[in-house]
Amino acid sequence: MVVAVEYISKEESDGAESAKHGVTGILAVQGAFAEHAAVLDKLGPWKLLRAAEDFDESIDRVILPGGESTTQGKLLRSTGLFEKIDAHIKAGKPVFGTCAGMILLARKLDNDPNVYFGALDAVVRRNAYGRQLGSFAATADFGKPDAPDFITDFPLVFIRGPYVVSAGPEATVETEIDGHPVALRQGNILATAFHPELTDDTRLHELFLSL
Amino acid sequence: MGGTTSFDTAHKGIPMAQNRAELNRNLAQMLKGGVIMDVTTPEQAKIAQNAGACAVMALERIPADIRAAGGVSRMSDPAMIKGIQEAVSIPVMAKVRIGHIAEARILQAIDIDYIDESEVLSPADDVYHIDKNQFDVPFVCGAKNLGEALRRIAEGAAMIRTKGEPGTGDVIQAVRHMRTMNKQIHELVSLRDDEVYEAAKQLAVPYDLAKYVHDNGRLPVVNFAAGGVATPADAALMMELGAEGVFVGSGIFKSGDPAKRAAAIVKATANWQDADLLAKLSENLGEAMVGINEDEIQTIMAARGE
Repeated sequence: MVVAVEYISKEESDGAESAKHGVTGILAVQGAFAEHAAVLDKLGPWKLLRAAEDFDESIDRVILPGGESTTQGKLLRSTGLFEKIDAHIKAGKPVFGTCAGMILLARKLDNDPNVYFGALDAVVRRNAYGRQLGSFAATADFGKPDAPDFITDFPLVFIRGPYVVSAGPEATVETEIDGHPVALRQGNILATAFHPELTDDTRLHELFLSL
Repeated sequence: MGGTTSFDTAHKGIPMAQNRAELNRNLAQMLKGGVIMDVTTPEQAKIAQNAGACAVMALERIPADIRAAGGVSRMSDPAMIKGIQEAVSIPVMAKVRIGHIAEARILQAIDIDYIDESEVLSPADDVYHIDKNQFDVPFVCGAKNLGEALRRIAEGAAMIRTKGEPGTGDVIQAVRHMRTMNKQIHELVSLRDDEVYEAAKQLAVPYDLAKYVHDNGRLPVVNFAAGGVATPADAALMMELGAEGVFVGSGIFKSGDPAKRAAAIVKATANWQDADLLAKLSENLGEAMVGINEDEIQTIMAARGE
């Protein structure tokens, strides 16, 4: 369902009372950033990051949304947001990448020479399931059954999605589909090949806010 | 978000027919805030991708040349489309004639990412559009107003764009179509619940779609601007008027410096509110496409397919 919010003019949520966190910055140069904002409306304050000036001291975590990674990569550079978010990740602060966001975080792509943040210890394949006719929905668990934040039956939506070809020792595989990792965690980095923001299920966003 | 996506648990990882409509609308959501560029060769497709296009539209002739050449304009050669699919990693779209079911089947067979059932080509059917619900591949369709948009969505379109007037470099019709649609949406929202039935009748659209717009204040699918966008300022204008992204057809590769203009339009679409940036982006772009005013054109493509 397409999000029905006037997101273009909505720069900050006002209804959220979560004192526990600062503001979640959502990269908003291209893609499905409004969908993440709609999920966060229920959970905590957020702010769209369109330009370097938007990344102020209130931002304590960052979401990299779905979209086209090549487009986002170019706009990250031209807006100066790349340096801000790179410093944020290098400082070990929480970041959540979905689909294109996972590609931006990966150490290496196996079918593309570009590397963006290079923070996630994994090799990721773009468009790993093929073109749009390969897009699909499925359900799987996230995490290990004995972990305190284990999530069961999470809805997974893949849109021309990537998967992880190989995860390095620093990253933990949280979800697999057909033998390929599709969700990774590495310290305060959370990365999914699928789109939790396209579903009604807020559990992964809640997990991210708990980091 | 109110979505009622049905998820398959029995066949993990297998594409499921009942999800297709939702998955196809989802792809349009990933394109939001982006620019989709008309390209005629693999080289142009690479220029578009390098400039930051979020998708390309593969076609043999851009609308300005179709307009100049006249004659019947059809689906492009699949070999040409495949060449562009191989050249880039971003989604590739292609056009079929309005109502041409067989051309659409051909594009689905070559694994196209999106089909544009387009008034830019010569219509194949002057009554019926394609029943897009019968396809797995997504469709985008043009609309001049809310009624057209909701009729196309009822037929299965997963994305809408304004028709504008393609190949003119004149943005007036895209502006008119976007303003008309948004005005009609606002009017529908303002009605009492019991007035929506009559509104659906007047718009000639299914009640459930009219009710969706009444309740949500927007179309149930993503809505881009298209037709006549030629400059970064044109793209920013359409975003200001509520477009969720922009198609640029003739405007890029009919201009003096396509790579520079393409990159500038991408940046203008992403940061359309930043006037200082728009001023910089608009500098020294070289010659824009010459263009043709709406009252000078012979063929009104936007009138094709209501």
